[in-house]
Parts: sequence; C-alpha cells; structure tokens
Amino acid sequence: MSLDVLGPLLPLLPLAAALSGFVVPLRSRTAAASLGIAGAGGALVVAIVLAVRVDEPFETVVQWVQFGDLSVTAGVRIDQAASLVAVAVGVVALAVQVYSTAYLHDDDRYPPYAAQISLFTAAMLLVVVSGDLILLLVGWEVMGICSYLLIGHDRTLPGAPAAAVKAFLVTRVGDVGFLLGIVLLGVNSGSFWITQVLAGLPALPAATVTATALLLLAGVAGKSAQFPLHTWLPDAMAGPTPISALIHAATMVAAGIYVVTRLYPVFVLGEPSLVVLGVLAAITVLLGALAATAQDDIKRVLAWSTVSQIGYMAAALAVGAPAVALFHLLTHAAFKALLFLGAGSVIHAVGSNSMSAMGGLRRRMPGTFWSMTIGLGALVGLPPLAGFWSKDAVLHAASTADAGWLPWLVYSVGAVGVLVTAWYAGRLWLRTFFGAARSPGAETAHEPPWPMAVPVLALAVPSALLGLLAFSDGFGERLTLFVVDLPEVELAHLGAETAVPLAALLLGLVLVWALWRRDTALDPARFLGPLRPTFDNAFWLDTVQDRLVVRPVVALARRVAVADQQVVDGAVESTGQGTVDAGDRLAAWHRSGLPRAATALLAGVLLLGLAAALYGSAT
Amino acid sequence: MSQSALVAVLALPALGAVFAALLPDRAARLAGTGFAALALVASVLLGLAGHTGGWFSYQPAGSGAPPIVPWTSVDASWVPGLDLRLHFGVDGVSYPLVVLTTLLTLLCCLYTIWHVPGGGGRGGTLVALLLVVEVGMLGTFLALDLVLFFVFFEVVLLPMYAIIAGWGGEQRRHAARKFALYTLFGSVLLLVGVFTVVAAAGTADLVTLTSGAVTLSRTTQLAAFTLLAIAFAVKSPLWPLHTWLPDAHTQAPTVGSVLLAGVLLKMGTYGLIRVAVGVAPAGARWAAPLLGTLAVAAILVGCLVCLAQTELKRLIAYSSVGHMGFVLLGVATLTATGIQAALIGNVAHGIITGLLFFLAGAVKDRFHTGDLAVLGGLRERSPWLSGLLAFAAIASLGLPGLAGFWGEAFAVVAAFERGGGGWLTLGVLAAVGGALTAAYFLRLLRRVTHGPASPAVEAVAPPALRISGMELVAWSPLVILALLVGLVPALVLGLSETPVQSLVEAVTR
Repeated sequence: MSLDVLGPLLPLLPLAAALSGFVVPLRSRTAAASLGIAGAGGALVVAIVLAVRVDEPFETVVQWVQFGDLSVTAGVRIDQAASLVAVAVGVVALAVQVYSTAYLHDDDRYPPYAAQISLFTAAMLLVVVSGDLILLLVGWEVMGICSYLLIGHDRTLPGAPAAAVKAFLVTRVGDVGFLLGIVLLGVNSGSFWITQVLAGLPALPAATVTATALLLLAGVAGKSAQFPLHTWLPDAMAGPTPISALIHAATMVAAGIYVVTRLYPVFVLGEPSLVVLGVLAAITVLLGALAATAQDDIKRVLAWSTVSQIGYMAAALAVGAPAVALFHLLTHAAFKALLFLGAGSVIHAVGSNSMSAMGGLRRRMPGTFWSMTIGLGALVGLPPLAGFWSKDAVLHAASTADAGWLPWLVYSVGAVGVLVTAWYAGRLWLRTFFGAARSPGAETAHEPPWPMAVPVLALAVPSALLGLLAFSDGFGERLTLFVVDLPEVELAHLGAETAVPLAALLLGLVLVWALWRRDTALDPARFLGPLRPTFDNAFWLDTVQDRLVVRPVVALARRVAVADQQVVDGAVESTGQGTVDAGDRLAAWHRSGLPRAATALLAGVLLLGLAAALYGSAT
Repeated sequence: MSQSALVAVLALPALGAVFAALLPDRAARLAGTGFAALALVASVLLGLAGHTGGWFSYQPAGSGAPPIVPWTSVDASWVPGLDLRLHFGVDGVSYPLVVLTTLLTLLCCLYTIWHVPGGGGRGGTLVALLLVVEVGMLGTFLALDLVLFFVFFEVVLLPMYAIIAGWGGEQRRHAARKFALYTLFGSVLLLVGVFTVVAAAGTADLVTLTSGAVTLSRTTQLAAFTLLAIAFAVKSPLWPLHTWLPDAHTQAPTVGSVLLAGVLLKMGTYGLIRVAVGVAPAGARWAAPLLGTLAVAAILVGCLVCLAQTELKRLIAYSSVGHMGFVLLGVATLTATGIQAALIGNVAHGIITGLLFFLAGAVKDRFHTGDLAVLGGLRERSPWLSGLLAFAAIASLGLPGLAGFWGEAFAVVAAFERGGGGWLTLGVLAAVGGALTAAYFLRLLRRVTHGPASPAVEAVAPPALRISGMELVAWSPLVILALLVGLVPALVLGLSETPVQSLVEAVTR
C-alpha cells in the first residue's frame, strides 16, 4: 500500500473501530473487545510500517471546506518523528485495550468504554499525523471529550463525575487560547495548512507571532498539565487505571509537547514564548515532584510524577532541543504506561489504591514487582534504563544551550527534580513491595490474569532498552525536525555533567531508604514534617483555582440570571402588565352611571359641533 | 421538473394540512405525516435539480454576479393591481434551510403519530398546525418578493401560538401570549421596514433589490436596516430582545420546541442575511459594530444564565440565545467567512437543538419533571437515553468534528479577519463563551446523567425507560446529520460559496 493511503488509515482504523463499537449492544463483550483490540492493533501495524518506510517527510492535501478566502484542508503530514510517536501511541493503546478486557471484567458498560478508548486513540493519532491546524484541533478536542467520558466511567466512585468535568473544563480553558492561536495563524497566512502556515511565518509581524505562540502555549499547558493548568490531572485518577495509563503515557498529556515540536518555528520566532514555557516547566517539574512525595494513593504519586516528567519535556523544548523532548516523550510513554498498568495490577490484587494498605508484595507478585522495578528505575533515571538516557539528554541540552539564565534554571531545577524523583519513586517501591503486608488484601495478593500480566511484562522491554536506541545511527536525526534548523543534539551522552544528576539520584534513593528503614511499617513522608500537608494538597492550588475562578464565575452567573429575569424580562412583562392596566383604567372610565354618561355624550356632541362650525367658518 | 419540485415543496404541506384537519384523528396524523414525507422528497429533488441541471451552468461566479441567482424559480402575478407577485426561488443560501425545515417537520409529525402531548386537542389538529407552520417557514425561505416574504413570515405566528397554547405545559397561555405579542411587535417593524424599502425603490423584487440595480439613499437604508434588523433580532432572538424564547420553549410541547428552535429562529437570521443586509448594505455597514457587540453580549449572557439554570428545557432554550449569538456575530462581521459561518451555524443549531429538545421532551415525558435538582443518575437506569443526551450536549458545546463547531469557530475567525481592536475583543470574548458553553453543558450532564439514580428516576419502571422504535426513527436522522455535517461541512457550505461571495461584494461596494 502506498504511503498516501497508509497515512490517513492511521487514525481512520481506530475511528472505524470506535464508531462500530458505539452501536454494539451492552452485553456483547467479546465483540466490543475484538473491535477495540483490532482497532489499536491495526493502527500499531500501520504505524510500524510507516516508521519503517518513511524517510523523507510526506504529506497529502485535499480541500476540506472553504470559508470565504480561507481554506481548510484535510490531510496528513508524516515525518519520522510523527511515525515514531504513532508507534508509541499504538503500543500503549493496544496494551491498554488488552489489559482492560481483564481489568473491567465485571463492568456491565464495557462496550462503550472500549469504543471510547478507540476514539481516544484515533484522536491522538489524528493530532500526530494531521497536516492542518483545524484537523489537528479536531483530534485535540475529541481527545479532551474522550478523557471526560473515560474519567467519568466508574459509576461507583462518587468523585468521578466531578473529576471528569474538571479535566475537560480546565483543558478547555487552555483551549480558548489554543483556538485563538490557530485562528491568528490561519487568518494571517490565509490557510490552516501547517506547511503553508510555517512558510508564511517569517513575513508576519513579530508581535503577532509572539501573541500566537503565547496563546498556543495556553492550550499546551492545559493538555500537557503544565502549571498553572495542571490541576485536572491528579483528579483524573478517578478514571479506571488503564485509562490513567492511556492519558498519562502516550496520549493527551503528550499531545501538548508533540504539538509544540510540530509548530516549533512559531515558538522560536515568537520570542519570548520559549522563556515563558521554560519558567512554567521549571515550576512544574518541582511542583509535581514535591507533590508526589506526600501522596498515599499510589496512582496519585504516579499522576504527580507525570506532571513533573512532562515538565522535563517542556524544559527541553524551552532550551531549544525538541528532539530531546520527543526522546523523553517516547521513553516516558513506555515506562509510565508500564507503571500505571503495574499499579493497576497491584490495586486489583490488594483492592485498594492506598499504599498504607500494601506492603510486602514483592514475594506474592514477583512478575509485577520486577516490571515495576524496571519502570521505577527508568523513571528515576537509573542507568542503563530508558529514562536515564532521555533525562540525561534533557539536562545535557540545558547545560550546552546558549548563554542566558534559562538553561541554568532548567539544569539546576532538573537536577533537584532528579533527587526528589528518586525519593518519591523509592518511597513508592519500598512502601508497596517491601516490609510487611499491611492489610488482608495485601496478604492474599496474587499475580493478575494473563491479559493484565502480559502488557505489563511487554512494556518492561522498551522501558529498559529504549534508551539504547540513542546509540543507534540516525535515531537522533529521526527525531530532529525538518522544519527548522537546530544544532545537532546528542541523545546518548556521557560526560562530566552526568555526575550531578547521578549523585542527586543516589542521594535521593539513599535518603528515602534510610528514612524508611527506621520503621518499615510507617510512611517516610512523615519526615516531611510541616510541609507534608502542603505537598499532599499540591500547594493548595486547587483551592486557589476554586476561589479565583470557579466561585466568581458561578456567582456572576447567578447575578446575570437574576438580572436577565428581573430587568430584561421584567421590562417586557411590565410593559404587558402596564398595557393591561391602562386598558382596565380606560375601560373603567367608560363604565359610569347614566347621568354622567349623558353629560359626557352631550359635551362631546357640543364639542364636535363647535369644531365643525369653527372649521366651516374658517374655510 | 425542478419548477414543479419547487411548487410541490410549498403545496404538499399545505395540502397535507387540509387533509390532517379534515380526516379523523389517527388517519389525519398518518396522512399529514405522509405529506410531510413527500415534501421532504420534493425538497431533495429540488436540490438534485440544482446540482445536475442548473447548478454548475448557473455558477457564473466571479465578481459582479448578483447575490441572489436562484437555480430554480417560479414567478407569477398575484395581485396585478398592487403589483404583487408570487415569486419563489431557491439558491445556495436558502436551500439547506429548506431541507432542514422539511426534515424537522417530518420528524415532528412522525413523533406525533406515536405520541400526542397531553392537555390539548386531538393529534390530527396538531399535525395540521405543524404543516401550516411548515408552509410559512418554507415560504419565508423561498420568497423572492419582499411583500411575499412578509406574508409568509406572519403565517407562522398564529399556528405556533395555537401549538403552544393548545398542547403546552402548565403556563402555556401566558407563554403563548407573550410569544405572539412579542413577535408581533417585531412584525410591525418588519412591515414598516418592508414598505419603507418598497416605497423608496418602487419594487418589491428581492433579486432586483439586492443586485445593486436600485440604489436607495443612505438615510432610507439606515432607517430600513434599523427596522428590519430589530424585527429579525426579535425572531432570532438577539439579546436583549430574547425573553419570549425561554418561556415559549419551556411551555411548548416537544414538537413545538423542536420546530421553534430548529427552524423558526432561523427565519430571523436568514432574513437578516438575505433581506436586511442584502437590501440595505449601507445600513448594515453602519450598524455592524453594534450588532456584533449585542451578539457577543448574547453569547456571554446566554452562557452565564445557562450556568445558573435549574430547568432542563429552559436551559436548552437559553443555550439557543448563546448559539444564535455566534450566528449573529458571523453576520455582523459582514465577511464571507462570517456569513458562511452563520449559515452553517444556523443549520447545525437546528439539527442539534432539535435533537436536544426531543431528548429533553423524552426525559420530561418519562420522569414528569425537568428540574435538574430532582433528576439524576439517568445513566444508571437508561444508558442509551443518557448516551444520546451526552452526544447531543457534546455536539452542542461545539466539539470539533461535529456540526456545531464550524459556525462557532469560524464566527471567531471572521471577527479576527475583520481585525482592529474592537473586533478582536469581540472574537476573544466569543471564544471565552465557547468555554462557558462547555461548562454549562457538562454541568447539565453531571446533574442529569451522573451519580446515583435519584428517587424521581428510580420511580419509573424499566419498560417505560426504554427508547421506543418511533423515538429512534425521529432522532437518528438528527444524530447522523450532526456527525455528517461536522465531518463534511461542504454539505451545507458547498452551495452557498458563490452567493455569499457576491453578497459580500455587494455590501462592500
């Protein structure tokens, strides 16, 4: 099959699976599962073929619709980076679909769930391959609505609907900016076709490009959970665990980072948008890592770690190394999917999300233990696991970037982040798998059934080895963007700067181990002291958001509703009432006793006669 | 062939109304529905005629083409003494609305076969009234003579009054009276506006009037545009002339709400584009900033009121104020992008809000309440109904890929295209309105579908919860269209490109 056909097929296969999955009756589990797995599997196969066959970037363009002078096109634009990201999406989606068949074994709403995952996959793949900004926006928003549906899936969890609404609305607030950014690009270049937009970029006024870049960043911050729009992501843990894996690994949160690489020239030209991104990223790295230290819910630890890790990717973008950002995106996709699915197995076995109810699972769940160990090792950046290479590349890029304070900020925050990451990941590892079992569920835990075990084991392979790809010839070039000239990046790097993060890593691990050892039944987070509630509540930013945004809007809505009812409609109703009253009064005047009526009649006749006489004499 | 299709589109519902009024109840409903179906067929044939026969050859395009070039038209003398003519025609601007009208009326008639709302007369009469409303709406979209346009514009009013007053909810009389009197106030202005134009130009022919062959003085144009715009703003409705709408929608029976939101409001925006802007372009240029500001005010006020709304149908009614605000913003920009956005926004709103009102009616029929505080947990008991409600709400909040997106996003695009601080601000505020729209629809879904089933939802026995076959027949075309128009917007816009381009040229000339 030619590439022109394969490219569009990438999102269309899971889309077809989704649309047919939505009309599957609720009791047909097998049909729904086969559709979901076929959709994800088909997309994965297509993505692999594309990754193998695409050398030069290629695109297909067809006119979609014409609005006045503006044309909207539909088509794909696939380069090697896109095909690699697509492979990651396919792998994670397939793993999640297979895993879900067992994880949602007792769920009577499984078919729509599987279809929603397919739609989610299709939307993410659309973002990956789209050659047009409007088409990209379609995938972008459909992904948002799928996350809403999937996060709200669990009907037994009272917090799920609120978390779902929050996830969609917070990202939608960012998307106002994203839409306006796209509109600015489209209006100024006369087309939404990305190639044409980027080609026309140098001719635009600098202020316009800056405004565009900053507006787009709002959307990116929302989707990729960057400060200050990160608040939805930890709450999104209300979704079933495989959904967390899907949202956190290769889709949704990765979409923001990916889109920045896709439109990188806009950000390069739109000074100082990259500086803004870098500062936000630095805040996010620390915020996420610190918040992760105090969580008791195993999924929330991983959620905050995602926030922090996406911060690393954004930081790489900010220091001018989009290829490194994509590299970290790919390794993170592997190990974070592994970690969430592994955590799902643990939760499935123990029957609780709380790490206080775990402990000692190493012996009862050895497969999960070893897989999770690899995943956590990759997360903290233990050599030679995947995360080590990609995180090191981020720090290396920062240390070699051009002068200025931003690379230094990124480098130092990144190094501190490594320490904190090692601390919280070590805490999770020790609290879950070591010590004594702290609940009946943990005492009787067992390995999950094979549809759950196999994806976890399979994901351990890339989590361990993906980093070594950096040594292969041409991998760096594959991730390097063709649209903009950037200095060659070194993905596999070992040098003097590596010592700092490695030392931070060791320090963090030793620290948490020493604290944990004092009493293996207790949470090392107790040593955080007075900071613990602050970290646990993520610096109370949820409360800030509630006070500054949610409550004022709701109060305003109430006032406007009352004003609309009483002032605007009141004017209408009182006009009506006033007319009726005036009519009544006039009618009342007409009702009177015979003497007054006769007098009035005579007076009228007299007046008319007088008027006629006067008029007659005048003419 | 195509001319007979044009005549049939108008004559079939009129005939159907006669049959439906005269036959006994059940037969009347069936006969009326049959005629509505035939009218849909005729309207589709009308489009085919446009495509194969006249459309491509007729597309002279380029600059200088008049804004109205009907691909099929009928022109006959009506009252020679007053120079009144029966001049009907269809082009790319009116055609999508014609099909929307015939489709929605058919669906409403089908729905009435199965379910006659309580409280009123027989179902046959309701079908007859629906068909009379259809004749009025179609006539409005097809009329190419200003006086004729006015006549059909008015035909709609009384039957709709009767539908609300005869089959509506508890406060139907008040709502119906308010609807009739308020829109009648608009009609008076329309009448004065129409005759201002006709008296000054010496002709009532829309093709001539919009072509630029007759130039009205600037003062006449400003006066005419003001009168016409207020009249259409009442119908659309534009904030702050909207307050008849929530009452009418809340009290009207389901089919009444569907037609009201689905098509009736579009007569206002269609009139604005075709008549007000077309006949008095100088007036339109003059009033555009004010119109745009009011449109954005409508978006924001509509969204905020929805956010604080506690009744299902009232919420959907207010959401129409917001959505029509986007349509009017598109018109106000007077750019080709904006007017096309308005056209597709019109059609999308008709499809999606029609579906929403059908679903809200289904919810109210089953649980006998629309109170958001009392409803809850619908997905526990009725997954398909709540799934459809979620789909309609998501479509209505303007999700890209579904029909509602195009009109709203490109109204913002058009505002940005106009440029300048004022229009940029309006565009940004409208985009914020998009986020608020999402907020209130998700709030609606959270209240109605999520959580544990409320006592009111729990009280209804499962057989009554299931979606009946007739409901599925009435709803599925709208579901499919919401998706189809979203994926293939050219279905609506493909035909309107040339006339809109010409209209914009005429306006900026």
